[in-house]
Amino acid sequence: MTRASMTGVLVREIVNFSAYWRSTTFSSTVEPTIYLLAFGFGFGSLVSQVAGLEYIEFVGTGVVATAVLFSSVFPGMFSTFVKYKLQRTYDAVLAAPVDVEELVTAEALWIAARAGTYGCVPLLVAMAFGLDPSPGMLIVPVIAFTAGFGWACFGVLIAARMKSFDNFNYVISAVLTPLFLVAGTFFPITALPELASVLAQVNPLYHCVELVRHAAFGFQPGADAIHLAALLVFGALAWWAAVRSMRRRLID
Amino acid sequence: MPAAPAIRLHRAVKRYGSITAVAGLNLEVPAGTCVGLLGPNGAGKSTTMRLLTAQAIADEGELEVLGRRLPEDSKAARAQMGVVPQQDNLDEALTVEQNLLVFTHLYRVARAERREAIERALALAKLGERRRSKVDELSGGMRRRLLIARALVHRPRLLLLDEPTVGLDPQVRQELWALIDRLRGEGVTMLMSTHYIEEAARLADSVTIMAEGRAVAAGPPAWLVAEHAGREAVEVYGPAHRLAEVEVDARRRGWPARRTGTSVSILGTERLDGDLPEGERRTANLEDVFVLLTGEEIE
Repeated sequence: MTRASMTGVLVREIVNFSAYWRSTTFSSTVEPTIYLLAFGFGFGSLVSQVAGLEYIEFVGTGVVATAVLFSSVFPGMFSTFVKYKLQRTYDAVLAAPVDVEELVTAEALWIAARAGTYGCVPLLVAMAFGLDPSPGMLIVPVIAFTAGFGWACFGVLIAARMKSFDNFNYVISAVLTPLFLVAGTFFPITALPELASVLAQVNPLYHCVELVRHAAFGFQPGADAIHLAALLVFGALAWWAAVRSMRRRLID
Repeated sequence: MPAAPAIRLHRAVKRYGSITAVAGLNLEVPAGTCVGLLGPNGAGKSTTMRLLTAQAIADEGELEVLGRRLPEDSKAARAQMGVVPQQDNLDEALTVEQNLLVFTHLYRVARAERREAIERALALAKLGERRRSKVDELSGGMRRRLLIARALVHRPRLLLLDEPTVGLDPQVRQELWALIDRLRGEGVTMLMSTHYIEEAARLADSVTIMAEGRAVAAGPPAWLVAEHAGREAVEVYGPAHRLAEVEVDARRRGWPARRTGTSVSILGTERLDGDLPEGERRTANLEDVFVLLTGEEIE
């Protein structure tokens, strides 16, 4: 992989972003914020403390992972599919001196950078409602970037394997929604049946939630090393599978 | 000493499952010439184009572009070639200028030369006045011109044009022909696939006729006509039964003949003995060769 090729792909993304940043920013920030406020006020009025935290602290840090998920897996899925199938953008990119792995990597890095930024929005909103800033929070963009890279690649992988837009519904309903709910975002996974809490351990979103919470309220070195490793492994596997599937799709 | 060819395919084969899209294609594009790849739909032209950018990998054969072997050295070759796709894939939300800017980066134009490269492309596409227009505000002809200019932004040594005027109205087609002809005059090496015979006849120094994944004939248009269709043709008009009669008679005598919808043409009449049927005498053309060799009717 060469930097020059990836720069070309990144420039394409960045110039395009200048044309549609408003709608992307809107959807990537408003939706998690609505979850945050709805759960924070609705649920927060019923429970005062969860896992030793004020509920707004619990959910405010948890929703960071939601924002990361939404701002990375959806662009990974939808914009890849549009570029591949409708706009034929990749035909043009791959006719240039760019290979499939450079294309996938550069696009995923760009989505991850956006997720790293949008992921911080829930924290800022939660601060307005009583979450206290802490120095550990400065590392949240890095966590969000790392998780975002994996989810972006996961989205690309899905896009490469789907024949039509309708098929995305299956993935959203059967895969993303359960992962989104069983991640310890809105309630601790310890409250779930044994099986679900075991499954949460293989949910990258859960590891993202835990890391962000620990960054805000105090790291737990042993556990956090595992959470970080889980995100890195997820990113590596998703990248590998995305490149492989896209190559199969784009190169006859 | 003649320069090495810009493209050289030797017995290239590309299969898709049980379908063989390219079946042992030999093709040579000498530097500084425009070669037309002429064939009916499904002849394997688009697959050939994809082979040349390594977006399809050949199952067999030797492929060389700009002295680089494909697919392994394709990237180095791609850096020095421009591709005008059949299907418009401009970034619609971006302006004309932004589309060109993106391509200066994709093709690694040095920072100091980017501005000039974009201006040159704008002038070539005659879109200087529309530089800040979004692509979705442009007419079909303007978009096509931009697509060609975009492919030339890095001054490639080789330009691939895949059906450059398909689906355009005649006036826009003429306009693009003028543009392509100008590039040819400037010595840009081109490979242009097309199923429009007139396009190949007008623009190509040499034409390779493709059918069922193979080259069935290759050479300068005039030479192809002389070689395969002779100098003159007699075109017979009449009711259907009369045409059928003429055809059967021609076949019986071993005369080259072809159907042209409302008429039957007997080809190379200057070489034939015997009583030719009554008809209109005309000069043989590339269309005659095309139909004769591909067995394809003209729409």
